[in-house]
Amino acid sequence: MIRKLLAFLGFKAVRLASLMFAISLISFMLVQNSPIDPVQAYVGADAVRVSPEQRAQIAAYWGLEKPPLERFVIWSSALLQGDMGTSMIYRQPVEEVIGERFLNSAALMGVSWLLSGIIGFIAGVVAAMKKDTWIDRCIQWYCYTLASTPAFWLGLLLLMIFAVWLGWFPVGLGVPAGVLADEVTMADRIRHLILPALTLSVVGISNIALHTRQKLVDVLESDYVLFARARGETGFRLFWRHGLRNIALPAVSLQFASFSELFGGAVLAEQVFSYPGLGQAAVDAGLRGDVPLLLGIVLFSALFVFTGNLIADLLYRFIDPRIRKAGVR
Amino acid sequence: MCKLEVENLSVSFSHYDRGLRQQMVEVIHGLSLSIKAGQIVAVVGSSGSGKSLLAHAIMGILPGNAVMAGRICYGGETLNAQRQATLRGKEMALVPQSVNYLDPLMRVGQQVRIPGADQVQAAQQRNLFERYGLEPGVEQLYPFQLSGGMARRVLLSTATLSGASLIIADEPTPGLHHEAARETLLHFRELADEGRSILLITHDIESALTVADKVAVFYAGTTVEIAAAEDFAGHGERLRHPYSRALWNALPQNQFQPIPGAQPLPGQLPDGCVFAPRCPAASAECSEIKPDMRKLRGGMVRCIHAS
Amino acid sequence: MSAHQAGQWPSAAPRPQINRRRRTLTVIVCTAAFIIAAWLGGYLVNLEKLATNLQSRNHAPSLQYLFGTDWLGRDMFTRTVKGLGLSIQVGLLASVSSGVIAVMLGLLASMGKIADRIVSWLIDAFLSVPHLVSLILLAFVMGGGMKGVVIGIALTHWPSLARIIRAEVMQLKSAKYVQISRRMGRSSWWIATRHMVPHLLPQLFVGVLLMFPHAILHEAAISFIGLGLSPHQPAIGIILSESMRYLSMGMWWLAFFPGLCLLLVVRSFDVLGERLRGLVDPRRSRE
Repeated sequence: MIRKLLAFLGFKAVRLASLMFAISLISFMLVQNSPIDPVQAYVGADAVRVSPEQRAQIAAYWGLEKPPLERFVIWSSALLQGDMGTSMIYRQPVEEVIGERFLNSAALMGVSWLLSGIIGFIAGVVAAMKKDTWIDRCIQWYCYTLASTPAFWLGLLLLMIFAVWLGWFPVGLGVPAGVLADEVTMADRIRHLILPALTLSVVGISNIALHTRQKLVDVLESDYVLFARARGETGFRLFWRHGLRNIALPAVSLQFASFSELFGGAVLAEQVFSYPGLGQAAVDAGLRGDVPLLLGIVLFSALFVFTGNLIADLLYRFIDPRIRKAGVR
Repeated sequence: MCKLEVENLSVSFSHYDRGLRQQMVEVIHGLSLSIKAGQIVAVVGSSGSGKSLLAHAIMGILPGNAVMAGRICYGGETLNAQRQATLRGKEMALVPQSVNYLDPLMRVGQQVRIPGADQVQAAQQRNLFERYGLEPGVEQLYPFQLSGGMARRVLLSTATLSGASLIIADEPTPGLHHEAARETLLHFRELADEGRSILLITHDIESALTVADKVAVFYAGTTVEIAAAEDFAGHGERLRHPYSRALWNALPQNQFQPIPGAQPLPGQLPDGCVFAPRCPAASAECSEIKPDMRKLRGGMVRCIHAS
Repeated sequence: MSAHQAGQWPSAAPRPQINRRRRTLTVIVCTAAFIIAAWLGGYLVNLEKLATNLQSRNHAPSLQYLFGTDWLGRDMFTRTVKGLGLSIQVGLLASVSSGVIAVMLGLLASMGKIADRIVSWLIDAFLSVPHLVSLILLAFVMGGGMKGVVIGIALTHWPSLARIIRAEVMQLKSAKYVQISRRMGRSSWWIATRHMVPHLLPQLFVGVLLMFPHAILHEAAISFIGLGLSPHQPAIGIILSESMRYLSMGMWWLAFFPGLCLLLVVRSFDVLGERLRGLVDPRRSRE
């Protein structure tokens, strides 16, 4: 068992390494061909007051005059030592920016991940148990509609209703404006978290609900549920004994495998609510040409998605008895 | 008195024709049979003729798009959906076809016991496993770890443990080697001798005859003959319907004569007798009138020429 | 549970069921008509209404201005229709290009073991970064604008379709009739055009159609962020992003209607794609 786990993790580690290499190579090559002048991006609005000598100095500082391949080698070997370079807009090491911002995003994503998982799962179960009734139709309709809803528009609507009209929540930002960092209370943080988290979780519900519904419908139509019914099991007890057992693991796995959509949604939610998370940093980096930060976030988001998929895989492999005990017969 | 009586049962499904038309297809029609306590009645017919649906109809677990008509009596009382629901698993038990009917993620022992089972039942289940030659470790296994024979005995245990007085076994033997199949059927005989009624649905007429008291021959969605097991002898002279005779004579140890032609599909049945297109004795009348089931020499037959 | 259990079955008459195929056909025609109308609408709108008209600033929705007007007095209905047309156009361009990439890589993957490895590796690499993050990177690299958005979406959306095509080609290759053709000495080209293409075309068509909703939503998202279409083009994402500044003034209509229309168009594409998939490939359809 332990040996199987270690072998599996070793295999995944090799995969991760090759994946990270591919992503860094591809994104580095792409960035090289960008029409945006990195020096310009660095100095920003002061560009007119920068002399050619200063330009050359800045270029030398960032190593911009060397050929691309050499720069890739320098950048990637620094990366291996944990040095992701310095963010041009924050004037701070990239790993620090990412670490700080990710904490904010993690709170946002964590809350909405849990919310959407629980609500989505319950909605899916209800829809499947009441298949072809109006409840099922409503839930399905709601999910399909949400799947076509632009996440940021939903955020705007929530902002309009709850922050502008009702005034229940602040209009944006992670903390109250004009308050010193150490005076920010937990309650403030939570108040600023609710709307973005709500936006993000409402969008995430549809996937898990539809998936759970389909899975449970399949289970309810399966031979073993037919047999369970032939044995006199009905209703909630049937669901508890056979339904839940067969749909819980796929649902949890799916939720872990949806880290990619979660991250994408967080970018938009953070943008709408000016929430100072990693997504907002990614947008800023893109808008203002902060190459080191942008590359750092690309790699970090890939690592994040990989972790989710890894957990989903592990769950299947080491919990499902059909895979866990395969060949033990 | 009969334990179970099925009268004029029909089961149909809605189905899409070519294009946009929708129609109902009758898969079982005009089916009648009865079982007494302590009896084994075998329903015999070739594969894919809708025999399983008969089992599901009696239990009341047909899929939602099925429509059913006719009368089913259990212990003298006409069944309806509510009554079926209360009897399921208590009075009537199903022994399904394969291991697919077991929850793949539940240990076998836990599954055989009825939900909310007490210690007494757990002990009963262990006794049953022992009686059916299953090792004590088997109850800790998952269904995918069972061999074909083990799965069959586990499924049989579920029905036995329920204490049901009517057991419907849907193809309990295929995939088993000869010895194991014989053993399974003998278990059914034991159960019948304890006073239970058994409906044995199978395509294997030969092994069914080793334990059955009565045989209902199933063809194209209906019963064409009901005969005592002893009637299947010699060249089938005592059989009443030409299809039963043909089925009997097609067995390797008899004349090994296959029947020419193929069973008609549901929805494409001939106007008259369903067997007429393949019947060696068919007359013009046969393809016009649908024969009714009638009593003949202690059995039943659906043929105008039978005597 | 099942229908007959609800009542007393012995007397139950066959329940008249709704004819599903006829309904599917109706839905397909209606959604297709709606999408085409929205698309053509973008070309047919009265351009004068897009101009600034300071006399009619900040009007709430009324009969004269269905969706209201903005801070420059521009008619929001006209802007929305124009923006939808633009979105559909970008979505069309992007998903068709993505479809082309998917077909090429899907076919390449079926050529041999090594090619398959490379394509699978590429698919994994592209799927491992969140779409929006790769879109930000690509939009940055392309310098934003229409070109950046189309290329970005085309480069990020192909993997799922490429997977389907790869699986389909693999399955076709092992099919009996293809193997027989090969034994009979038919050329690869003959097999590809006579056996493969007729099977792949419907799949491809539906695949591209189903890519549409994602493409449009991502186009709107990237424009909303500010890395997509330029502010001079009235794309829905741009309109919504501009509206943010006026939300606190209570001008809800600036965001509400354009977003709702986008939602309707995306949903229509989704319904159309799903229904067509139901006809082309009943196994994979979700109904």
